[in-house]
Amino acid sequence: MGTKAYLNFEQVGMSFRRGTLATEVLRDIDLRIDEGEYVSIIGHSGCGKSTLLNIVGGLLKSSTGEVFLEGQVVDAPGPDRAIVFQNHSLLPWLTVYGNVRIAVDKVFGSSKSSSARHDWVMHKLDLVQMAQHKDKRPHEISGGMKQRVGIARALAMQPKVLLMDEPFGALDALTRAHLQDSVMDIHAKLGNTVMMITHDVDEAVLLSDRIVMMTNGPSATIGDVLEVGLPRPRRRLELATDAEYTRCRAAVMEFLYARHKLPSRAA
Amino acid sequence: MPPIAQALKPTAAPEAPASQADVVALPLKRQPLAERYGPMVRDIAGRVVPPLIVLTLVLVVWQLLCSQAGSRLPPPTKVLADTWDFIVDPFYDNGGIDKGAFWHITKSLSRVAIGFTLAAIVGIALGVLVGQSTWAMRGLDPIFQVLRTIPPLAWLPLSLAGFRDAQPSAIFVIFITSIWPVIINTSVGVRNIPQDYRNVAAVIRLSWYEFFWKITLPATVPYIFTGLRIGVGLSWLAIVAAEMLIGGVGIGFFIWDAWNSSRISDIIVALVYIGLVGFLLDRLIAALGHVVSHGTSAS
Repeated sequence: MGTKAYLNFEQVGMSFRRGTLATEVLRDIDLRIDEGEYVSIIGHSGCGKSTLLNIVGGLLKSSTGEVFLEGQVVDAPGPDRAIVFQNHSLLPWLTVYGNVRIAVDKVFGSSKSSSARHDWVMHKLDLVQMAQHKDKRPHEISGGMKQRVGIARALAMQPKVLLMDEPFGALDALTRAHLQDSVMDIHAKLGNTVMMITHDVDEAVLLSDRIVMMTNGPSATIGDVLEVGLPRPRRRLELATDAEYTRCRAAVMEFLYARHKLPSRAA
Repeated sequence: MPPIAQALKPTAAPEAPASQADVVALPLKRQPLAERYGPMVRDIAGRVVPPLIVLTLVLVVWQLLCSQAGSRLPPPTKVLADTWDFIVDPFYDNGGIDKGAFWHITKSLSRVAIGFTLAAIVGIALGVLVGQSTWAMRGLDPIFQVLRTIPPLAWLPLSLAGFRDAQPSAIFVIFITSIWPVIINTSVGVRNIPQDYRNVAAVIRLSWYEFFWKITLPATVPYIFTGLRIGVGLSWLAIVAAEMLIGGVGIGFFIWDAWNSSRISDIIVALVYIGLVGFLLDRLIAALGHVVSHGTSAS
């Protein structure tokens, strides 16, 4: 409704049915994301943030409401909403190159020549510094490298929105920092619209233009949206003492651990 | 008390490694070749020597048990003496079924090759169908589960009645014996394709046809080869039994024929050949699976 937003959530809700029992995971999600914006969704585990991403990705159909991308209803998966999966999801029988190429062949099979597709793949691998490992298979490279390939594959589809589902969640702290820097570089170069799921406060503040904070499930919804007023390019070392960084970080922490503390469960 | 004694040991140890290092350093200078190939030779010896020892022990015990006067089975030395001509010339051909071991084994292998190839093709196709379609699984799986328990030879009279010829009947027995593990393993593989791969395929919008060739088959290859390995083993078991009944050239009937003419030593040599060929078939399929699946299939 109203003025056009690039990616628009209107009253999105999601319920899962198991027999006669219906569980409402998400309700009343209203969100507008502009072109080129980097938006993080943060919340405690089980708040339905991955569900929300899967709805945008088209892997799940929302029970109520709709998601619009450039005014078009999203109702199926597609390369215009490429996903970087948490567990990288590379095909183990293909090489690094092959994993990106299969997507490029499918998406640009009719619009680019074979050699142009090759160059395109190599360019994306270069972008994530994986070009020299192009002939390795997924089991021969580290977790961080696998995720780089996952990012290259998603970028290679030239998506309108890049969806990242806790892309650095399974990585150690040092590798994660490296990859975050890479993603910032790439975002600066390509200006992609990014929607990223995370549960890491520093990561959200460092990377995002806006942080969408989710209340706890069931029936989770958007609790608050925080604008991160940090100029780009951002340098993680300088930010450590930056007043705006500290303010944002404190705001997210306050939301997560004071206002919407995860209810302690009787275990 | 003992834990304390153990705990004290390490403190006394520091001198020991130094003296050990000296001992190692000397031969390293003198024999660089032995140093380089030493570990490899030791590794090979470690694999080859134990089975050789066991084999020798078995042969010795066998020799001792069967050497007494009036023993019903020949000792290894007599087996070797009786069958020496048969062993050294596997290629003779005196017409009829009086042929060398090579001809019998290749005849049996050719039956297995045809029957097993058919079983692999039909088995993979049915396995994919059962794995992909819930209705196909519900309809076919109970039937498969019943049919697969039927012993191979029980099929032989029926197939003889149907084909009225020994050759296709033997091939049919191979087919029906080896198809079940292929079907079952393939369908399990298809059902176990990770959701991650399906998500990737969905995002890049692979068609059904592309999904089958680019995701289903490669993801299922390790399972398929597990089924093929079990299948080839079963078919080698079945061909020997089937050939005993249908006659003609073939290692199975060779054994039966040897029994009828009381050539016990020939039977023993044939058993060794069958075992070795069966082993090689298994390794062959395993190696093939290893190559096709880029090392993700266990060998």
